[in-house]
Amino acid sequence: MTDLTQLTLSEALKKLKSKDIKASELTDAHLTKMESNKDLNAFITETHDIAQEQAQKADERYANGTAKALDGIPLGIKDLFCTKDIRTTAASKMLENFVPPYESTVTQNLLNDGAVFTGKLNLDEFAMGSSNTTSYFGNVINPWKRNTGDDAQLVPGGSSGGSAAAVASGMVMAATGTDTGGSIRQPASFCGIVGIKPTYGRCSRFGIVAFSSSLDQAGAFARTTEDAALLLQSMAGFDPKDSTSVDKPVPDFTKNLTGSLKGLKVGIPKEYRVEGMPLEIENLWEKGKEWLEEEGAEVIDVSLPHTKYALPTYYIIAPAEASSNLARYDGVRYGLRMPGQDITETYEKTRAEGFGDEVMRRIMIGTYVLSAGYYDAYYIQAQKVRRLIRDDFMKAYEKCDVLLTPTAPSAAFAIGENEDDPIKMYLNDVFTVPASLAGLPGMSVPAGLDTKGLPLGLQILGKPWDEETVLKVGNSIERAAGLSHMPVTLDGKREAA
Amino acid sequence: MNERKGQDNMDRKTVKKVARLARLELNDTQEERLVEQLGNIIGFVETLSEVDTNNVEPLASVVDNELRLREDKVVDGGQQDAVLKNAPETAEGYFVISKVVE
Repeated sequence: MTDLTQLTLSEALKKLKSKDIKASELTDAHLTKMESNKDLNAFITETHDIAQEQAQKADERYANGTAKALDGIPLGIKDLFCTKDIRTTAASKMLENFVPPYESTVTQNLLNDGAVFTGKLNLDEFAMGSSNTTSYFGNVINPWKRNTGDDAQLVPGGSSGGSAAAVASGMVMAATGTDTGGSIRQPASFCGIVGIKPTYGRCSRFGIVAFSSSLDQAGAFARTTEDAALLLQSMAGFDPKDSTSVDKPVPDFTKNLTGSLKGLKVGIPKEYRVEGMPLEIENLWEKGKEWLEEEGAEVIDVSLPHTKYALPTYYIIAPAEASSNLARYDGVRYGLRMPGQDITETYEKTRAEGFGDEVMRRIMIGTYVLSAGYYDAYYIQAQKVRRLIRDDFMKAYEKCDVLLTPTAPSAAFAIGENEDDPIKMYLNDVFTVPASLAGLPGMSVPAGLDTKGLPLGLQILGKPWDEETVLKVGNSIERAAGLSHMPVTLDGKREAA
Repeated sequence: MNERKGQDNMDRKTVKKVARLARLELNDTQEERLVEQLGNIIGFVETLSEVDTNNVEPLASVVDNELRLREDKVVDGGQQDAVLKNAPETAEGYFVISKVVE
């Protein structure tokens, strides 16, 4: 019998429609997989009963011919999306017992399409991190291991580490994530799967625990570009409840997925060739260019001169917005409360107890750069440089349709590495942050393995609102790379070990 | 050169002041660590000062949405129980905090 957890989402939909399989079987197979992969710590909250109930309803709809777009598909939800009556923690002690009385728009869209939620996925606390080692609920472990014989546990990347690990290991068919500076693309690269962050404004932020409001954007994890397109299709769309949601029609993301790349211009930004980047990543990037040329695309060199200022800009803007967003955690209306002598002491004790080190660090940076005397020098200057970074992209897009770059400067590293120095950890996002600042759609596609057998991703960046071309180029790389899906090989290895 | 500036500016007094503004209680170890870490991070972001931004407008949002107006009508409400459900302490339909006025 086929292992139902190895199907792609689109294969599963076909089999459900043709009644070859039942939604309840599909969900049960994934729940079993969650049990056998518990050591990855990908889930904060599991919702078996709810999932089984949803699957049963999906089966009823398949039986009476009213099935919807994602009916009966088991998904994981990053625990940053509020889910009605299901605990939503943002991986923080602050929200350990928070049960939202409302549903985020993105998850509501998925529910409306018949999706099955098997649980809430682990992440870096308040989505702040690049390794999923800042979660109050413990580290997530990458299902991949090096083939060098060392048994080091690797990070899945972050902040959506639980989402990436769950999809890569076959515990869910696809998962939601959020990307503020690379939190979808970098973990997708580390776990050998597809991760897409759409244009800022494409998905509603309503009901997503806020980190940096001008950057946060929801997106999709899946094992194939087609699956990612299907999930994003359901998540996206205008929402009057989010003032930054843009009222634009959502195209059919799967329609032009496999078309020819003839006439397409792919830009290679020279500034992304950074010092110290491993040769194998550079080689993979070269290979990516060749693949796209073989498909008919023209590859040209472009320049994004302000690239080196993107990380410093991000580490002013994101913490500034975070310090302001996280001011709401005061121990009064929801979340943890640690009583003090007076109200100020209550605030201070509550926040000291509820937030972990990385979150406190970012609140401190943000408060500093927004404080009197520093506001213009840091925050306003960062907003000005942000415009220059966006202008760079817009100028490049006068010459090309998409950009091709590596997703991350390294493969997955061991848990504990890069922990000594926050800046070292921040450098992980060097290739993903610029597009976040510019609000552009971006995707990571698994393109190869390094010499230690670990997956490496290539990143495709598109023009605003042009997710379709991003997906099409990603699909082309996926076909050329011809990697067999990770979960299969991986699992065998892990279980044998 | 730029790197120096941030590190030199960051001291125990500044960290204490910022922590107070952010309403974070820090112990001695945390304060010491933050002097170093914030100094490094501020040093890192200070490279931005070398960018010529004369005549550049700050970019606050990549979406140039005008804020939408809607009809001035109640669309949701009467949710007192839901609003109070997650509060650490409530009484008679109110949030309860410690005494603020002497």
